[in-house]
Amino acid sequence: MTGFAENFFNTEVIARSSHLLFIGLITTFKLVILSVIIAMILGLLLAVLRNANRRWLNPIIIAYTDILRSCPIIVLLMLIYYALPFINIKLPAIGAAIFAISINGSAYYAEIFRSGIEAVSRGQHEASRSLGLSYIQTMINVILPQAFRIVLPPLTTNTLELIKGSAVASTVALSDLLRQAMQAQSMTMNATPLVVALIVYLILLIPLVQLIHYFEDKSKAEA
Amino acid sequence: MDIAGIGHYFFNLDIIGKSMNLLLSGLLVTLQVAFFVILIGFSTGLILALLTTVRMKYVGKTLKILIRIYVDVLRASPYLVLLSLVYFGLPFAGINFSTFWATVITFSACLSAFIEENIRAGIEAVDSGQTEASRSLGLSAFQTMFNVVLPQALRISIPTLTNRTVAITKALSMASAIALPDLLKQARHAQGIFANPSPLIAAAAIYILLFFPFVRLIMFLEKRWRYDH
Repeated sequence: MTGFAENFFNTEVIARSSHLLFIGLITTFKLVILSVIIAMILGLLLAVLRNANRRWLNPIIIAYTDILRSCPIIVLLMLIYYALPFINIKLPAIGAAIFAISINGSAYYAEIFRSGIEAVSRGQHEASRSLGLSYIQTMINVILPQAFRIVLPPLTTNTLELIKGSAVASTVALSDLLRQAMQAQSMTMNATPLVVALIVYLILLIPLVQLIHYFEDKSKAEA
Repeated sequence: MDIAGIGHYFFNLDIIGKSMNLLLSGLLVTLQVAFFVILIGFSTGLILALLTTVRMKYVGKTLKILIRIYVDVLRASPYLVLLSLVYFGLPFAGINFSTFWATVITFSACLSAFIEENIRAGIEAVDSGQTEASRSLGLSAFQTMFNVVLPQALRISIPTLTNRTVAITKALSMASAIALPDLLKQARHAQGIFANPSPLIAAAAIYILLFFPFVRLIMFLEKRWRYDH
């Protein structure tokens, strides 16, 4: 039993590798916050454009969302980080990771926002247009606030998935939390850094899971 | 940006042809892992969901709390972190898994957590009147669950279930990071051999072709079986 604690919860190892893990945590924060924000904005834009129903734009948007939702995030990341340099597009690790995670996430968010916009009754749109509001004004002031409230549950679930998926950035040599933990582990020959990394992720993400539970309970109560 | 190079470096049919063997063997491994993950994950999730919702004297409150913790922890853990723990960390406790089984165990556990959530939500969404009616008609708890409640619950949760299952199957490609010889790993291997990323492009195309029908299927299911309140 002491062997277990020594190998998985070793405080000395934690002390020795804490600065390494901290660097990783900061990088992960940067990665996640930037990716989520960019993905959401891009997804929202795509959903609004899709709703505008331009004949020539729709196929492009549909192709974009379908392809990016069918591609695993790590495959996309590998393509951007390892394949693009062959045609002279060399992105740094963090740039490649943010780019990959954002465009992948934007496809999911686009679908979520689209279903939210479509769920808002058509009458709202017609009423505000006949009151003289332009399409953009209608979107920003009438439709989107309602749509946002409707899709808050799948939005949080998707954000959780995005953040969980961001750990793949460690595979392209980005010094995020997981990668630093793996390095610390091979340096100290001890599994404690990995356990610490998992616990840190849990501390960050379990509140999000509780938020999802809250939304589920709320929609159940309303039903 | 080297536009002329795109043809030679990304769509080099010659090299793609030579690496097809490698890619297909990788695809086979991916499909095998997916099969086990779906099988084990789904059945475990179903059992856990039944344990949490059934009101029987043998199923105590502590068990339900434990399952709840299990589900929450697994839902909040990034796949790659768990996978690394299982593959690199467990050997420190003397437990050694092959890349194949480490992947299967980790992703089945994650899938079971999602499945438990969804099926439980589906079961709770079935009107309690159904349970009351069938119990008062003399059906046992088991019979009520399997013949009355569960069919309705599954019908409600099928769109979300397929969604989650497809998402986990996509996430399986992460296992290439622990050197599982799946499609992605073999593609990278081929890229290293030929110094040309065309195998990687081909692998991405295979993934997209593989998952695109499911993405469409999920959209269709969600539209058709949308649970209207």
